[in-house]
Order: sequence, then structure tokens, then C-alpha cells
Amino acid sequence: MAVPKRKMSRSNTRSRRANWKATPVALSTCPQCKAPAPAHQACPSCGTYKGRYYATADRTEHEG
Amino acid sequence: MPTPTKGPRLGGGPAHERLMLGNLAQSLFEHDQITTTQAKAKRLRPLAERLITFAKRGDLQSRRKVMAVVKDKGVVHRLFTEIAPDVADRQGGYTRITKIAPRKGDNAPMCVIELVREPVDAKPKRAVVKEAEASTAAAAPAAEAPAEPEATEQSEATASTEAPAETAVELPQGAVAATEDGSAPEGYDVKGNADSGKYHVPGSQWYDATEAEFWFASAEDAQAAGFEPAGGESAQ
Repeated sequence: MAVPKRKMSRSNTRSRRANWKATPVALSTCPQCKAPAPAHQACPSCGTYKGRYYATADRTEHEG
Repeated sequence: MPTPTKGPRLGGGPAHERLMLGNLAQSLFEHDQITTTQAKAKRLRPLAERLITFAKRGDLQSRRKVMAVVKDKGVVHRLFTEIAPDVADRQGGYTRITKIAPRKGDNAPMCVIELVREPVDAKPKRAVVKEAEASTAAAAPAAEAPAEPEATEQSEATASTEAPAETAVELPQGAVAATEDGSAPEGYDVKGNADSGKYHVPGSQWYDATEAEFWFASAEDAQAAGFEPAGGESAQ
């Protein structure tokens, strides 16, 4: 089995990990309540999608 | 030969998957709308649509075929007698999947799958909508002229309540309509949101973000007008 010959330095480890970045979530505006919401998804702040209301999508259902 | 389903089975094995899909279909036909993960909803959709096709045929043979998947006789009865007539004019596409925000615990992509039971012609064609809008616009200046019943109703409502034209909603009791600049009228500081039917007292979580259509003098007035406390009673 292949094994590392040398210990990986703290610097190398950290410079590798420094490139792990999070990307911002792409958000559009809800046409109903104008809050930022993901596209193609029922709006989490008002629970509507294409004029239909989904109570389970409403964030206030489980966070309020 | 039908194309095999892509990806892994649901659950622990083929039998587990069959049982899960059967239970999901049963819940869907019982409640019309269920919330589940996207993976399950995508698997459920073809099965549920096939069962509805059987229900539309409606004979004993197809009833036995459905009973092989959905074990509850009452739910099968509901499917054949209530759901099937509603979708008689619909040529497929009996279910609708709407994505919702991911689940809290494991960030699983969730969705709502529901039966589409409204009549097929509920949404008119674009040309018809344009025509209706044109006639409404023509009817608006001549308010006295016999316009479409819908258009007259709307204009009457606006005239009687003196609400802003774009909201065109009935003014509830004990409320005043929002002013143009969005500031609170004298003595009224509780915001009422006509879209959600909720009210916000000053200092509550969504108070600043809410665009008030109505202003109430107190929370009791808002409740009397049928408005709900936003985020529950405790958040106020």
C-alpha cells in the first residue's frame, strides 16, 4: 500500500484548505412579497409559488 | 421494454421501495397534498398518475390493480369516486410538484406533491386574457356602462372603501387604509398585511419589513377584523 514519505507541513495543509470556499446562494426576488427567495421554489417568507400558497413552505410555520 | 429507473432504490430493497411508494400514494390520495423529499416525489409521480389512469377507467379489473398498490379500501374508493371524476377531462399531468426550502435537520431537498383537481380550463389562453384586459380598460372610464360583472364589482369595492386602487381589497372593520408614503396614521400603529392576513405590532420580528395595507389602532382590533398574529401569539 502506498504511504506518504513525508509529514505534510502545517503550511501545506492550511494553504490547501484555504481554497475551500463557500459560494453565495443565488437568490431572486419573490414576486409576491419582494423578499429574496431561491428561484423555482416556493418563497420561504410568504409560502407562495406562482400564486398558490403552500403552508409547509412558509418559514414562519416552524420558526415562528 | 421500459427504461429502468435511474439511480438507487428507495429504502433498503425492492420490497421496501414498493411498500414506501404504496404508502406515499395512499397518503397522496387521502390528503390531496403531501410534503416529502424530492427523490420520493419524483418516484411517486409516475406511479400515482398510473393509478389515476386506472381510476378513470373505473372497472373492477382496474380497481383490483390499484388495490395491489394502495391497501386501504376507503382511499381507493375516494380515488375512484371523488378524484377520478375531477380529472376526467385532464389528459395526464394529474400531479404537481412544487419545490420548497430544504429540510432543517439534514438539508434534504423537499417538495410538495399534490393532485391537480381544478378544471382544465381554469386558466384561459393568453389571447383571451388580453382581450379581457382590453375590455376592462375600455369599461373603466365609462363606469356607468354595463361592463363585465367582475370589473364592476371591483370598481364598486374601490369606490366604497376608498382604498388605493392597486390593492382593491375590502377594508376591514376598525382599520384605516395605508397612506401613500407608508407612514403610520395618527393613533394607528399596528400593521396589517392584506396578502398574508397577519398583523404586526411595533417591535415584533417582521414589523419593519412589512408593507402595511391597513393600520389598526390595537392588536385586538386587528384580531377582530380576522387578522392573525404574525409568527404566533408569542412573537408579538
